[in-house]
Amino acid sequence: MAAKDELGARGERLAERHLLRQGLTLLDRNWRCPQGEIDLVLRDGDEVVFVEVKTRSSVAFGHPLEAITAAKLARLRRLAGAWCEAHPGAGRIRIDAVAVIAPRDLPAVIEHLERVF
Amino acid sequence: MAIGRAHAISLLGLEGAVVEIEADISNNLPAFVLIGLPDAALGEARDRVRSAAGNSGLPLPSRKLTVNLSPAALPKHGSGFDLGIAMAALAADGQVSTESVARVVHLGELGLDGRLRPLAGILPAVLAAVRAGFGTVVVPAGNADEAALVPGVRVVPVVSLRDAAIWHGAELEPIPLEALMPAVPMAALDDSGDLADVIGNPDAVEAMQVAAAGGHHVYLLGPPGAGKTMLAARLPGLLPDLTAEEALEVASIRSLAGIPVRGGLSTRPPLEAPHHTASAAAIVGGGSGVIRPGAAARAAHGVLFLDEAPEFAPAALDALRQPLESGVIAISRATATARPEFAPAALDALRQPLESGVIAISRATATARFPARFQLVLAANPCPCGNSGTRDGDCRCTAMAVRRYLGRLSGPLLDRVDIRMDVHRITAGQLRASAELPRLSTVAARERILVARATAAERLRATPWRVNAHVAGSWLRSPVGAGSWLRSPVGAPARGATAALDRALERGGITMRGYDRVLRLAWTLCDLDGTSRPGADHIGRALYLRKAAR
Repeated sequence: MAAKDELGARGERLAERHLLRQGLTLLDRNWRCPQGEIDLVLRDGDEVVFVEVKTRSSVAFGHPLEAITAAKLARLRRLAGAWCEAHPGAGRIRIDAVAVIAPRDLPAVIEHLERVF
Repeated sequence: MAIGRAHAISLLGLEGAVVEIEADISNNLPAFVLIGLPDAALGEARDRVRSAAGNSGLPLPSRKLTVNLSPAALPKHGSGFDLGIAMAALAADGQVSTESVARVVHLGELGLDGRLRPLAGILPAVLAAVRAGFGTVVVPAGNADEAALVPGVRVVPVVSLRDAAIWHGAELEPIPLEALMPAVPMAALDDSGDLADVIGNPDAVEAMQVAAAGGHHVYLLGPPGAGKTMLAARLPGLLPDLTAEEALEVASIRSLAGIPVRGGLSTRPPLEAPHHTASAAAIVGGGSGVIRPGAAARAAHGVLFLDEAPEFAPAALDALRQPLESGVIAISRATATARPEFAPAALDALRQPLESGVIAISRATATARFPARFQLVLAANPCPCGNSGTRDGDCRCTAMAVRRYLGRLSGPLLDRVDIRMDVHRITAGQLRASAELPRLSTVAARERILVARATAAERLRATPWRVNAHVAGSWLRSPVGAGSWLRSPVGAPARGATAALDRALERGGITMRGYDRVLRLAWTLCDLDGTSRPGADHIGRALYLRKAAR
């Protein structure tokens, strides 16, 4: 596994733990379809939450949230539609973003933004 | 998170409107949204502000930043809002005191390193801030001298965004940086010279003094080398010093035109001499985006000299007619898109300023007004080759060519010019004789003109006018106005004084407007002579000054 993938996987684990601690329940992890992959799908009350997790080891090359571009958001919306098609009766949905700044040998900083579009 | 508020000034002509800048930081993906009709340069403030803040040690949060400029319908131009936007954003983020930022007006363009660049138009912007009731303005250090010319305001010069944030309570160590200063303009060539330099042409020298005393417009006609330009350049020297208010207005227009105001306010009247290829927009003002003052506005309270006047595009000259009468230029516009200002012809642009003394440039949503109370000096050759009517020259222009050449100056424009004077080349004899003859210096002439102006101002005390040239014709002729003196049966010396003038009107030699102008000239001549009312002699000389040139 390449270093960047390892960092991404670690970030996704940290994000998942953070969200579960907030009282959300996990529905899917790395859900795949021909259009791409959704990092995390969770349930928060009556809402289905699609989460894009972005992890960086430092902010030297920009904040991780800055890397979530309009094109990425649009793709995430299409993926959410695909997920709903595969799971009928999902109800209301929302899209969140989680930034994980995880420096080597230091505790990670997690930022969670709700309804990012 | 709180909403940050700051204030800046949006200039339209010389008038400024306070723009409130609101900044809101919301929990969303990082973005910088700028709304409220910004133009392209202002839209780019987003990138300047983010970089400048980061490089000043005050990074903006990685969240969605929404900046609103209100009133939303007012079009806003240029980069002067950068500092206000940055301070509002930092206030919203809690990095500086929200109350402190909201209390003052911020002006300045940011460099990417966080330093503040000086702006054009600081003087009118600070004036507008004071009129709107703000007591403190934060300006770039390079504009501090100019902003300090405005009375009754506390000017806070800052070198960088970091300095501004520290002033507003940010807990940071100041980093000394070199302030960005405005480019130093080339020193203007002071070629106004002394009146005593003029040899010969005593009538024309006297005519320039009459023009200075009464505020009359002048038309000089003569061959090349006769001294028309020399005479015109001496007119500003004959005019009295500007009042504090006028000096501030002159400096404001210069500031708006991008000429930095240095070394205090100049109290001498300006001289503007645009080249004859100038377009109507160059004369009255305009431009896409920011509406800039033209030569007529820069000549406000001074002299606008149009050398080779028949060579100007007719539309440019005729656009001056209204400002000549009202003293104001107003430019209105719908959008900031570039478009041709006027029809390509430029002599006609001068007509409107001549009438009103104001230039109003109008597009659909906004009107910029510039003061345009200037004295017009037109100079022309008598024919295309310039030698018509001279003794030594050999003119080969056909009669038709001469008529067509002078016909380029339209009747309505010339009708607004009180004094028309022939200027002749001096002869060798005159040059020899000039050594012995005493010639009037500018200082002595100005003394005489100041006395005449004071006399006129005293007589016009109860009216809105200060000089004879501005007095309305109806008042001159009315039973309560100055004309009543001329016609009153008790005033023996004045009785029949206007006989020559009445005859000229009856014969159709002059128009009614021309009649009024002769009356005004007669009053100026009378003020210069120190007599209490114009006599037949003054009317006769006034008729000569009005009719001398063909």
